[in-house]
Amino acid sequence: MSGQAFVDQLKQKFGDKISGANLENVDPWIEVTPEGIVEVCQYLRDEPSLAFDYLNSITAVDYLHTDEKKAAKAEWEPHLEVVYHLFSMQHKHSLVLKVMLPRWQNDEVGNLPQLDTVSMIWATADWHERELYDLLGVEFIDHPNMRRILCPEDWVGHPLRKDYEMPLEYHGIRGR
Amino acid sequence: MTATIDDPRVIEFDVRTDEMLVNMGPQHPSTHGVLRLVLRTDGEIVSEVTPHIGYLHRCAEKIGENLTPRQWIPYTDRMDYLAGMNMNLGWSLAVEKLMKYEPPEKGRHLRVIISEMGRIASHLVGMGAYGLDLGSFSPFLYAFREREKILDLFEEACGARLTYSYLTVGGATADLPPGWLEKCSAFLDQFEPLIAEYHTLLTTNAIFVKRAAGIGLLSPEMAISYGTSGPVLRGSGVDHDLRRDGEEIYTAMYEGYAFEVIVEKNGHYPKDHKYPQIPSDAVLGDCWHRFYVRMLEVIQSIDLVRQAIEYYSTATGNYGEPVKLNQKLPVGEAYLETEAPRGQMGFYLVSDGSPIPWRTRARSSSFCNLSVTGPLCAGCLIADVPAIVGSLDIVMGEIDR
Repeated sequence: MSGQAFVDQLKQKFGDKISGANLENVDPWIEVTPEGIVEVCQYLRDEPSLAFDYLNSITAVDYLHTDEKKAAKAEWEPHLEVVYHLFSMQHKHSLVLKVMLPRWQNDEVGNLPQLDTVSMIWATADWHERELYDLLGVEFIDHPNMRRILCPEDWVGHPLRKDYEMPLEYHGIRGR
Repeated sequence: MTATIDDPRVIEFDVRTDEMLVNMGPQHPSTHGVLRLVLRTDGEIVSEVTPHIGYLHRCAEKIGENLTPRQWIPYTDRMDYLAGMNMNLGWSLAVEKLMKYEPPEKGRHLRVIISEMGRIASHLVGMGAYGLDLGSFSPFLYAFREREKILDLFEEACGARLTYSYLTVGGATADLPPGWLEKCSAFLDQFEPLIAEYHTLLTTNAIFVKRAAGIGLLSPEMAISYGTSGPVLRGSGVDHDLRRDGEEIYTAMYEGYAFEVIVEKNGHYPKDHKYPQIPSDAVLGDCWHRFYVRMLEVIQSIDLVRQAIEYYSTATGNYGEPVKLNQKLPVGEAYLETEAPRGQMGFYLVSDGSPIPWRTRARSSSFCNLSVTGPLCAGCLIADVPAIVGSLDIVMGEIDR
């Protein structure tokens, strides 16, 4: 299964919840709206002809130029992209899903964007989402244990964001 | 009524246990150095295990966003420090996938030789350390004795014993030195008969079987749902190996090689006639099976290296040309998983057209393998916890990155 046929099938099933696709990339990807992610993922896993039963990874990319000159030239508005890599053990095919999120909920700085969890669909999503929350600051709604995983619990900020600044001191330990 | 010793209620009162929280690690030997497990126990029975990670977190992904792919190669070494060669390979292939680069014939076979030798070295540590976790010391020493010889070979090829940075984007940093292949063949000939020794000391050892067989059952559905990979997944009977089922760019490396995925098929592992049969207490998906898959993979890798040496010595052309340190990357993004010794190691990179990737990401096999500890340990004994954690063969550097 590949390319346009697959996008058409999903579009027919979910309509506007499939908001775009890029089939030119090395790994073609399909864009899903934040509202539709759980529904689409459930379908992708349960539909026998797709059977995406294996979740490779969930990660996110922060699109933000900290440099003003570069930001003016950029073709995109600052945003976060959550990326899902799926694989099917049975059919040996893979798929990339993307969800676009604002960098801050309602444009209020400090207010983390929110997305529904898929940890009830794939158990491995639990830890991947926690890592994503920890390092990039995306909150997952209904996640069973939404806490930091790699950084200490009292760590401030989300280190993989492009505008993250390293704290000068942590519990009396000088950083630089 | 006064209670007497004959009264069963007294006995019950005397031996009643309280629920307790026990910290295992970070420095406990069975937790591999930097893993902390919080156990909720009632007497000897463990009801809940929570792994806490992050003690080694070195921000490798953030560093990758400030270095070019070839400069980042040394950081991949330090992820899975017991299989640095395989990490180099995984990252190189992911970058090559984005660049649409294909290494020449000779470089391909060189990579097979090196990465399969890396797999042997890594499984030797996994196997030896697992014996140590279960209280058997000698196999640990023997495994390290053999691993040293592989490290000697690696040192001769690239000058390093642990952090190689040898395989790189576009091929390898250098060709194999003259005479290396003969030494490698000699090592394999000497090593192969010794595996029987490990089988005597561990695989069929009554104490080892008692402690590993039937413990920590991982069903195939659970193994897939938790995203486990490598020997952990195959130990549960899921027939999946990226060397056969992976993406084109990776399977092309193994084109023309004869090998069978090590997984139990109706009570029989492939080609295992020479080696001990499954003990009667072992159940598919238990610690013993995960260990045994690793043991058989060592033999398989020996076979693969022998084939690769044959191919390599007859191949013509160059071993590959490493790309420039500040080579510009094409715009786009690529994700690639390779079959590292501990499972599927995935690298993801996003490029905006500059030499430095916009985002690098390492999805490690141990990260997913460890996440299954909680469900596996529920209801086991405290002494089984090291057996279960050890059978997953985790490397913390890969989890914390």
